[in-house]
Amino acid sequence: MDGPRDPLSSRAWRALTYGVPLAFLAIFFLYPLAAIVERGLFSGGESSALDVITDPVTRDVVWFTVWQAVASTALTIAVAFPATYVLGRFAFPGRSVVRAVVTVPFVLPTVVVALAFLAILPESLERGWIAILVAHAFFNVAVVVRVVGTFWANLDPRVSEAAATLGAAPMRRFVEITLRLLAPALAAAAAIVFLFSFTSFGIVLILGGPRYATLEAEIYNQAVRIFDLRAAAVLSLVQLACVALAVWVTTRLEARLAVRGQLRAERDVLRKPRTLGEKAIVLGGIGGLAVFLGLPLAVLVERSFAVGDGHSLEAYRALARPTAALLATPWEAVVNSIVYAGAATVIAVVVGGLAAFAVAGSGRRSRGTRLFDGALMLPLGASAVMLGFGFVIAFDRAPIDFRSAPWIVPVVQALVAIPFVVRIVAPTLRAIDERLRAAAAMLGASPGRVRREIDLPIVTRALAIAAGFAFAISLGEFGATVFLARPDRPTLPVAIFRFLGRPGEQNAAQAYALAVVLMAVTAVSVFLAERIRLRRGGWI
Amino acid sequence: MLRADDVNVRFDGKAALDGVSLDVGDGEVVTVLGPSGSGKSTLLRVIAGLQRPDSGHVLLDGEDLSSVPPHRRGIGLVFQDHALFHHHDVAGNVAFGLRMRGDAKNEVESRVRELLDLVGLAGFERRSVATLSGGEQQRVALARALAPQPHVLLLDEPLGALDRRLRDRLLEDLARLFEELRVTALYVTHDQAEAFALGDRVAIMRSGRVVQAGSPDGLWARPADEDVARFLGLGNVRDGAIVRPEAVTVARAANREAADGVVESAVRHGPTVRLRVRLASGETLDAAVSALDHPDPGDLVAVTIDPEGIIELP
Ligand SMILES: Nc1ncnc2c1ncn2[C@@H]1O[C@H](COP(=O)(O)OP(=O)(O)OP(=O)(O)O)[C@@H](O)[C@H]1O
Ligand SMILES: [Mg+2]
Repeated sequence: MDGPRDPLSSRAWRALTYGVPLAFLAIFFLYPLAAIVERGLFSGGESSALDVITDPVTRDVVWFTVWQAVASTALTIAVAFPATYVLGRFAFPGRSVVRAVVTVPFVLPTVVVALAFLAILPESLERGWIAILVAHAFFNVAVVVRVVGTFWANLDPRVSEAAATLGAAPMRRFVEITLRLLAPALAAAAAIVFLFSFTSFGIVLILGGPRYATLEAEIYNQAVRIFDLRAAAVLSLVQLACVALAVWVTTRLEARLAVRGQLRAERDVLRKPRTLGEKAIVLGGIGGLAVFLGLPLAVLVERSFAVGDGHSLEAYRALARPTAALLATPWEAVVNSIVYAGAATVIAVVVGGLAAFAVAGSGRRSRGTRLFDGALMLPLGASAVMLGFGFVIAFDRAPIDFRSAPWIVPVVQALVAIPFVVRIVAPTLRAIDERLRAAAAMLGASPGRVRREIDLPIVTRALAIAAGFAFAISLGEFGATVFLARPDRPTLPVAIFRFLGRPGEQNAAQAYALAVVLMAVTAVSVFLAERIRLRRGGWI
Repeated sequence: MLRADDVNVRFDGKAALDGVSLDVGDGEVVTVLGPSGSGKSTLLRVIAGLQRPDSGHVLLDGEDLSSVPPHRRGIGLVFQDHALFHHHDVAGNVAFGLRMRGDAKNEVESRVRELLDLVGLAGFERRSVATLSGGEQQRVALARALAPQPHVLLLDEPLGALDRRLRDRLLEDLARLFEELRVTALYVTHDQAEAFALGDRVAIMRSGRVVQAGSPDGLWARPADEDVARFLGLGNVRDGAIVRPEAVTVARAANREAADGVVESAVRHGPTVRLRVRLASGETLDAAVSALDHPDPGDLVAVTIDPEGIIELP
């Protein structure tokens, strides 16, 4: 027996699992948030918070943010629908591959997605709301296909058949039965897409041109271009309030739509496409999605090789040479990105992992645990730009000055990744068989020993998966990093953005080449994480 | 009149229905009895229009239904596991078919009340179906199917998942309902008691074929073949003939000379006991005897057979 001196004794362990994440959140989330509130509402200045809110520009920005998020959500659902239907109704070879591959755009950095649409859209559509909506649909299609498709594949087809025998025509059946039963999944997916579109930054900044800005983009404009910190702070708070409202509404909606009822195993629901028409639907649904997702990326890759009328590796060779766009060579940006993302992953996995233990470990979900769990999700709602901006105004003098503290970049990236780490690790922890634990305890193992010998090996796998995703998220992180990365140490997304800000074919080619490199590094890290997941099963 | 005419359905090359023909006359209740996997549900799905047959036809009053989609057939179906609408309450479930045919709101309401009364669920209108017991769900499914007054009602093992007592009660209710409403019904089950209690006629299915159809009495009297006989529980097949277990009398034998065999097992079946006797020849013979006084396993017994109880197989 380890006895009372066990370093992982219960009390010490609790202190660690609650203490570290709470301290981290307090310093790096609540303190910057407080700085924003102070700057927005209380500190003196030439304009007041009310002036900012009543400014017609603010009204336009909020209006655009809301309607583009609604329209993006609708477009995403429309675009995802055929493939969702196919995945929800038919068994066909390669079905699980399709399910895995649709997630690729979702983990791509927003900057890459924006560039892919710059590459493929005709010049007239290149910058404007259409480009933004299409890019959002591209980015979020996986959410709808996976969340709704999976749910659909578990809906008992006999409920709809029962409606048929009661005289309901196919369209009526679809609306009154299928759609109604899918509603909770649809609402959940729509809520996610809406939130991502609402807080979209990289895509809007690059594709929106000067005319279209979401709240996120406008916060950046005010803080960095116009240097009106008061306005940026007030807009951050408006954004936070909108997100909180949206989360509240969608949670209520999902609860109201939920239908208690019988779900069936996929193998009882899915059937092979039999008639020629059904085969055409399967092929069309999956093929259409493949073109929608594959073509922009293919064109992006093609453009990175395009030089004048021909193709060459020139843009890639140029990555090693100094450029006027950056205070470093592009190649150094690649190295920076990997180093920063590596450090961010370590932080996210340590802090997020401990938090997951705290969330999952208490057995009963007490009020305190739920609050703690909610607090951990806050950075998600707060949005990346707000975090970056908060860091800039909170950590601008000793002891922490972001200008002289390069570790601040991985910290903010970790903050963005932590909610995902908790979401991946905590369910695994909860699923660990309680009886296994009890058995070990009865055999005389101390709680600390149980944790090391039973929990840890299982958790290691979940942590490895979480690490892969944290790395990918950190690599592509743009909204916060763009505030904090020093000019001589840009990350990949920041370097791409700088290239885009300069005229000329040469700079565009460099941006495309860097985007391809970023896409490749992201793909490799996600692929490694997916391999762990697929090999051992589980999760989503 | 409902008629299935030489219906064939194959799944992955395997026949689920193999030339099935069956008639159900107006106001008649036909039960389909068959073991699991014999194609009973598939037959109902074909008749309801939910499964397209590879060949063959379904006719209603002489009209070929091949090109009529399920929602226009006027054929009701009670599913094997209810398939209730969990997003509607009890009244919403029963009202569904009425709404589909465009009944006025107050008509729908009164008809729903009428049907819930009929199935013994008066006052259940606003209950959520998820909170109902299995038997109550079954009644809702039945009311829902009956509401739009279908030409034919199909029932797929409606009592399958219920416990014995509840089953016996609902069985009586169903028999009464069928009688009262004079419905034309095709009722699928794997339980002989149900099949014989409800059916004006019984069709026996095996491996996708209807092997025999006829009145309950006729079936008992003249099983078409050995398998049907066994399936009906007429286990004694000897030399191309069946010996009904009720026709076998068994008496304890005083000594070895007087004995014809020895009792191997005794299993209680309600008021009777099913004895299995191993004869001197090595064959076994089943006997149904009174449970009040019967030999026990290991007892030596003398056996007599009433010639009335011997059925020659064709
Ligand atoms: N959609 C399907 N795809 C492939 N095979 C099927 C399908 N539906 C039924 N079958 C097969 O057809 C045969 C008949 O099935 P059916 O469901 O009609 O039997 P059943 O008599 O209703 O059985 P049970 O009493 O278990 O309900 C079975 O072998 C079954 O596996
Ligand atoms: Mg069946």
